[in-house]
Amino acid sequence: MARIIVVTSGKGGVGKTTSSAAIGTGLALKGHKTVIVDFDVGLRNLDLIMGVERRVVYDFVNVINGESNLNQTLIKDKRVEGLYILPASQTRDKEALTKEGVQKVLDELSETFDYIICDSPAGIEQGALMALYFADEAIVVTNPEVSSVRDSDRILGILASRSKRAEEGLEPVKEHLLLTRYNPERVERGDMLSVEDVCEILAIKMIGVIPESQAVLRASNVGEPVILDENSDAGQAYLDTIERLMGNEVEYRFLSGEKKGLFKRLFGG
Amino acid sequence: MSDSPIEFKGSAFTLSVLYMKSSDLEAVKQQLAIKIKQAPQFFNMAPLVINVARLNDPAFDFAALKAMLTSLQLIPVGISGASDEQKGPAKAAGFACLSESKTANTVPEQEHTQIRYERVEVPVEVEVPVQKPSQVLRQNLRSGQQFYARDSDLVIIGTVSNGAEVIADGSIHIYGSLRGRAIAGAKGDDSAKIFAQKIEAELVSINGHYWTSEQIDKSFYKSPGCIALDGDKLTLTKLEV
Repeated sequence: MARIIVVTSGKGGVGKTTSSAAIGTGLALKGHKTVIVDFDVGLRNLDLIMGVERRVVYDFVNVINGESNLNQTLIKDKRVEGLYILPASQTRDKEALTKEGVQKVLDELSETFDYIICDSPAGIEQGALMALYFADEAIVVTNPEVSSVRDSDRILGILASRSKRAEEGLEPVKEHLLLTRYNPERVERGDMLSVEDVCEILAIKMIGVIPESQAVLRASNVGEPVILDENSDAGQAYLDTIERLMGNEVEYRFLSGEKKGLFKRLFGG
Repeated sequence: MSDSPIEFKGSAFTLSVLYMKSSDLEAVKQQLAIKIKQAPQFFNMAPLVINVARLNDPAFDFAALKAMLTSLQLIPVGISGASDEQKGPAKAAGFACLSESKTANTVPEQEHTQIRYERVEVPVEVEVPVQKPSQVLRQNLRSGQQFYARDSDLVIIGTVSNGAEVIADGSIHIYGSLRGRAIAGAKGDDSAKIFAQKIEAELVSINGHYWTSEQIDKSFYKSPGCIALDGDKLTLTKLEV
């Protein structure tokens, strides 16, 4: 049985797809057979971030409708062994994702994969509900600002009331907080919420803090998950996140600003 | 958890019915004034149904009737016994057109007075409030979630987030932060109170009297406190003994 993990946020543009790509790739790097499923039907981006957009033939909705099978549709990553992508359809809308259809596809994926990463669309409508419905765990991606935190709170409420686990009275969905675009300097200046602020409001366990980084934008534009950029701060922060997802204790990095040298402190900089 | 913010129920009320035998509003007003003088307590802001079955006046001025009754501190709620021609103007003047039950449909015969009062006794089912045990919620209420404790107090061991709403017919106790909305005494209990460990509320309300976050004393921000109703004013006091 695969662990089904939804990457969700409520709010758009906080880094769900970037995080899905990085986490999926990281799990595969650890030797786990992983598939990343793009639930953002109509606005698909995962294939771009993963750099496989030119290899998309069939998509998620085709599989649901029985127009193609998983073997034909899954795209195998050429960089990392055991990593697959199930792209979303760009020409359909979210209503194409039915509960029965999604269940059928996830059941089939569960047979062969260790991890299924569901990349949720923004919002709290059909697409997002389908992405989280079957989840065992949720990674709630949040930016350190009030509207993102509020929307994450809303999604946590939906996870607790409208997921399959909630509806069937099973053990609740395990919730993890992933704070992205964290900028310690701006936190110190007081124009960004701190890790403590966000944790106090959302009251769930933190799994990672990803610093705001040029490496993320660069990685997106070249179609290479940022976790493969091991020299970048964001890449390392995602690697730490994977360790925590595996249940290992890892100390947090990138929580404080760069130490300024003596000259910088003397002359400003 | 309640699905709908409203509910409809049928209910019967005892209303006084004024039988009009003349469309001369001045005369009616004089007679009414005498009646009211005899029992001012009873008539003060009393809801009234006006039976116009004896008025054979298709052009009767309902607006003037309403103004006259209102000037006597009565609340005209509707008319009964109206002809089809009368119903249009009556509705236009803001009257509900009611049909009386068969037993009360007799127009009394009495020649020496122009108007006559009759108390129509209709059995009324009164819901007797039953105090149920407190409802205890051991969870956080997230943005967008709502919880209603019907006919009881509500105890929350957890936090009420911004955008979440808790409602109780009794008092509300929150052992956590109150960041969303708390509405106590929802069915009209003035003695209901709201207690919270950390007050950061968007809105607090007791029996319809409310404060938005701006009106809550800033010195209580993130501190424990009790919100109560004193007369028609909300009060906020420290949770100290």
